[in-house]
Amino acid sequence: MDDLMLNQFLLLSAILFSVGVYGVLAKRNAVVVLMSIELILNAVNINLIAFGAHNGTIVGSVFALFVIAVAAAEVGVGLAIVLLIYRNRKSVDLDEVAQMRG
Amino acid sequence: MFGAAAAGAVEPGFLLENAYVVPLVMAASFALTLAVGKRLGKHASWIGLVSIGFCFLFAVGVNVQWYGYVHDSEHAAESHADEDGDHGEESGDEAEDETSAADVDGSVGEEGALVVPAADTVGPMVDGESASARAPPVVTAEEGEGGYADYTIEPITKSVTWWTNGTVQFEVGMLLDGMAVMMLFVVTLISLLVHVFSTDYVAGDRRYTHYFAFLSLFSAAMLGFVMSQNTLQLITLWELVGVCSFALIGHWWEEKPNSDAALKAFLTNRVGDVGLLVGVIILFFAAGQTFDIIEINTLANAGDITHTALLVSSLCLLAAVMSKSGQFILHTWLPDAMAGPTPVSALIHAATMVVAGVYMVARMYGVFWNGLVIGGSSINALAVVGGITVLGGAGLAFVQSDIKKVLAYSTVSQLGYMVMALGVGAWTAALFHLFTHAFFKAGLFLGSGSVAHAVHSFDMKKDMGGMKQFMPKTFWTFIICTAALIGIFPFAGFWSKDEILAGASQLGGDGSYTAFLVVGSLGALMTAAYMTRCIYLTFFGEFRGGHHGLDSAGAEDHPIEDVLESDDSGHPVHADQVVVSHGDDLEAAHDPHAGEHGDPHESGPRILVPLYILAGLAVVAGFANIPNSGALSWWPESLALVFEHLFEPRGAYFPSLTEAGPTGAVFAHPKFDIAIALSSTLLGVLGIGLAYAWYFKGMGPHGITRRNRLARAGHTFLVNKYYFDHLYTGVIAGGVKGPVARAANWFNKHILDGIVDGAGKGAVTSGRFVYDTIDQKLVDGAVNGSGYAAEGGGQVFRTMQTGKVQQYGAILFAATVVLAGVFIVVI
Amino acid sequence: MVAQNIFFYAIAAVMVFSAIRVVTCKNVVHAAMYLVLVLAGVAAQYILLASEFLAATQVLVYIGAIVVLVLFGVMLTRAKLGEDVNLTNDYWYVGAFTAVILFVLLATSLLDHYGDEPLDQANAETQLANNTEQVADALFSAYVVPFQAVSVLLLVALVGAIALARRD
Repeated sequence: MDDLMLNQFLLLSAILFSVGVYGVLAKRNAVVVLMSIELILNAVNINLIAFGAHNGTIVGSVFALFVIAVAAAEVGVGLAIVLLIYRNRKSVDLDEVAQMRG
Repeated sequence: MFGAAAAGAVEPGFLLENAYVVPLVMAASFALTLAVGKRLGKHASWIGLVSIGFCFLFAVGVNVQWYGYVHDSEHAAESHADEDGDHGEESGDEAEDETSAADVDGSVGEEGALVVPAADTVGPMVDGESASARAPPVVTAEEGEGGYADYTIEPITKSVTWWTNGTVQFEVGMLLDGMAVMMLFVVTLISLLVHVFSTDYVAGDRRYTHYFAFLSLFSAAMLGFVMSQNTLQLITLWELVGVCSFALIGHWWEEKPNSDAALKAFLTNRVGDVGLLVGVIILFFAAGQTFDIIEINTLANAGDITHTALLVSSLCLLAAVMSKSGQFILHTWLPDAMAGPTPVSALIHAATMVVAGVYMVARMYGVFWNGLVIGGSSINALAVVGGITVLGGAGLAFVQSDIKKVLAYSTVSQLGYMVMALGVGAWTAALFHLFTHAFFKAGLFLGSGSVAHAVHSFDMKKDMGGMKQFMPKTFWTFIICTAALIGIFPFAGFWSKDEILAGASQLGGDGSYTAFLVVGSLGALMTAAYMTRCIYLTFFGEFRGGHHGLDSAGAEDHPIEDVLESDDSGHPVHADQVVVSHGDDLEAAHDPHAGEHGDPHESGPRILVPLYILAGLAVVAGFANIPNSGALSWWPESLALVFEHLFEPRGAYFPSLTEAGPTGAVFAHPKFDIAIALSSTLLGVLGIGLAYAWYFKGMGPHGITRRNRLARAGHTFLVNKYYFDHLYTGVIAGGVKGPVARAANWFNKHILDGIVDGAGKGAVTSGRFVYDTIDQKLVDGAVNGSGYAAEGGGQVFRTMQTGKVQQYGAILFAATVVLAGVFIVVI
Repeated sequence: MVAQNIFFYAIAAVMVFSAIRVVTCKNVVHAAMYLVLVLAGVAAQYILLASEFLAATQVLVYIGAIVVLVLFGVMLTRAKLGEDVNLTNDYWYVGAFTAVILFVLLATSLLDHYGDEPLDQANAETQLANNTEQVADALFSAYVVPFQAVSVLLLVALVGAIALARRD
C-alpha cells in the first residue's frame, strides 16, 4: 500500500467521468452542461496521464495536451452558441428547447 | 234323408256344406244397394228384399237338410252301437237325450230303442226338486246295457287360412251346427219380415237406400256371426253388428237425441267388448294358441284348460254379454236405442242383435259350463246377472209412456231370462226362449210400429188410446203376441218360459238355483202386469190423439198410401218419453190430405202381413219343444222335444249328457213339472188381473205416488231408470272427464305453453345476452379496445418525443450503458 | 510513499466532492467555483504523476481561460441576477441511472483487470526526468501534424466564436 496504485487514478477518473455524465444528461442549464463536459474531459486526461506514467511513454501527456486544446476550443464555440440561444430565447433552460417536440 | 252314413261319417247336404253363401249374399246385397240404390230410388229396397228372400229360402232348405243330417248322424251312431258297444263312447262323450230328460220309457231318439235308464234317476226329477241330475245314472245303465247308441252330431266346418304368423293361423270359416242352423232360420225370417215391413214404414224417407243397405249389412253380419268358426271371426262380426246398430239407430241423425242414442249404444257396447277381447285372448293362450271355437270348447270339456283360465275368461265374456244383450248394468243403451226406426228395433233390438250375447254364451258353453261350474251347487255370476236383469227390466217397464220403451225393457227382461237359463244350465231352454221370443217380440214391435204409423207418435199416454176400434187387426196380433210373452198356455212363451223355470228349480245341486225360480216367477207376474198396462193405454179407453205438437197444419193421420206417393222427408223422431213431432209436419205439408182431421186408419198389407205371420208363429212356435216328461209323458215321442233334438249340440265341444266333466257336473235337461207350469200360468193371469183391475176398472190406490212419499220416491227411482244414466254420464264419465280435462288443461297451459313460452323467452334472453354481453362488450370491446390500445400506445410513445435532445441523449446513453453492462457481465 | 498517498487521497476527496457539487449546485456561479476546485485538483494529480508541464498548462488554460469564459457566459446568460432556477430537469433519473451503471461497470472492470497493480515508479522516474523537455520533443517531432491541426482548430474556433456571438 505504500506505492501509488494505478487503480487509484483510474478509479478517480471513473468517478469524475460518471459525475460528468450525470451532469450532461440531467442538468437543465446549458452552461452547467458545458461544465460537466469539462469534467468528462478532465477525467479522460487523468486517465491518459496515468497510463502514460505507468507505461513510461510521453504519448499520454501529448495526447492530454491536445485534449486540453480541443476542450478550450470547444468551450469557446459552445458558449458562443449558448449566447445565441440566450439572445433568442432569453433563457438557457434546455428543457425549453423543444422545437422538435412530437 | 240324404244318404246313410258310411263308417261313422255322415254326409251333410249340399246346402249345409255351402251355407256360408247366405251371409255373402247379404253382403253383396249391401254393396249393390249402396252402389246403385240411389238411382233406383223407391225401388232400392228390391235388392235387399230379393236377397233376403233368397237367403230365407236357403235357410229353410238348410234346416230341412239339417233335419236329415241329424237323423243320419243318429243312424250312424246306432248302427255302430249295434256293431260295437264301445263305439258310442268313442265317437263322443255325448249322452243321449233320455239321460237328461230322464224320461221313463222309450224317449230315446226316433230311430231306435235304446237304453232305458234306471228308475232311480227319474224319480227325484219328477218331484221338481233339484235332483241329482248330475248323478250319472245312465252311465251305469249304459255300461250295463252295452249296446246303447250314443251319437254325436258333427258340426259342419269349413275354413280358409287367411294368414299365418309363425305357428298361429288366422282363419275365416263357417261352423254349422244345430244352433247355427236355428239362428239362420230365425234371422232370415225376421229380417225378411222387417224388410217387407220397412218398405211401407220408411217409404219416402230421406235415406231410404242407406237404410236398406244397412239392413242388408246387418243381416250379413248377424248371419256370419252365428256361423263363426273361430273367436276372432266372432269378435269381428260382433263389432260389425254393433256398427250396423249404430248406423241404424242413428238413421235420423239430424236430430241430436238420435245420434246421442246411437253413440250411447255403440260406446256402451264398447265397454263390454273389452271383456270380449280379454276373454278371447285368455282362451287363445289357455287353449294352446288356437282361436277355433270347437277346439276351445272341446279342451274345456276335457279339462285341458285350467279352471282359473276358464273362470276368468267366462267372467270377461260375461261383461260382453252384459253390454250386447242388455243385461244389468250395461243395459242403459237399449231403451235409448228405440230412437231408431221401429223395424230396426224389431230386428236388431228384439230378435237378433241383442241375442248375440246369449248366442255367444251358448256357442262357448263348454267354457262357461266348466268355468263358472254351472252344474255345481253354487250360484254363478251368469245366473245372477240374468236374474237381476229380469226384475230390473220388468220394473222399469211400468213407468214408461213410450210404447217402444215398454217393449225395450220387456226385451231386457226377457234377455235376462235367457241369460239366467244359461246360468242355471238350461241351455236348450235358453235357446228355445230365444227362438220364441224372436217371434213374439218382433211381432210386438212391428205392431207398435203399425200403431205409431197411424198416430205418428209413440207416446201412449198422449196420443194413443182406444186404438182397438181403429186398428183391430193390429190389435189382435198384438194381443196374441202379448199372450205369448206373458206365457199363457198354449202360446209360445208358455213353453219356453216354463222350461226355464223348470230348469231353475231342478238343475244345479241341492236346489241352489231355486232363487231363480222365484225371480223368474216374479218376472212373469210383472211381465203380465206391465203388458196389460201397455195394452190398456194403447188400445183401450178414449182416443187421446189428434193433436200435433208443432204445426197445426198436420192432419192427424193420412192414409198410408198417400205417404207412399208423396216424396216426404221425414219420419217422426222418437225421443225419450216426449212426443216430438215430426218431420211429420213436412209430411203433412206435402200431404194432399193435410188439414183434415181423420181418425187413425188400419195399416196397409205390407205392415199387416208380417204381423200375421209373426202372430201365427207366436202361437205355434212353442210346440216345437213340448216335453214328454212328467205330466206330459203321454205326448208322443216323435213330436216331443223336436227343438232340442234338432238343435242341441252333441259333441265333444258341448258338455256331456252322460259323463261328468272336469267340474264333476253332468249336463242335464229339466223335466216338465206341472206344478211350475200351473203356477207360472196362474201368476200370469194374476198379473193380468191386477193390471186389469187397476187400469180397466180404476180400482186400487190411484194417485198414491202423489200422496205417499215412499211411493213417490219409488216411482221417481223407476222413472230415472235407477239413476244408472246419471251414474254413468254424471258420476263416472263426469268424474273422469272433469279431472282429465283439468289435468290436460293444466298440462297444456303450464307445460306445453311453458315449453313454448320458455323457448320464446329463452330465445329473447339469449338474444339479449348475446347482444349485450357478446356483441356490445366482447366484440365492440375488442374493437374499441384495439382502438384504445393504439391510442394509448401512441400516447405513451408520444411522451417520448419531447423534442429535448438532452433527453434523447440520456435515454440513448442509458441504453448503451445497459448494453455495455450486459456485454461485460454476461460475456 | 505514504505522503504521496495521503496527498492523493486528500486531493481526490476534494475533487470528488467538488465534482458532485458542480452537478448538484443550484447556483451556477457556485458550480463554476467548484469546477475550479476540480480543475485545480486535476492539476495536482498531474504533479503526482510527474507531469509538471501538464499541470501548469492545466492551470493556465483550464482555470485561467476556460473557467473565466464560463463565468462570462454565466453572467451574460442569467435572466435576472441572483435568481435561482431549478437546474435539474425532469428526467434526471435517467442520467443518474446511466452514471451509476457506468461507474459500476467501469469500476468492476478496472478492479477486475488491474487489481492492486502499483504505478510503475521506474517509468514514472523516466517521466519525471524532464516533462517539459520530453513533451516539447514529442510535440514538434513526432506529433507536429496534430499540433498544427490543433492550431488551426483553435483559430477556427476563435473565428467561429466571434462570428457566432457577434451582434449584428
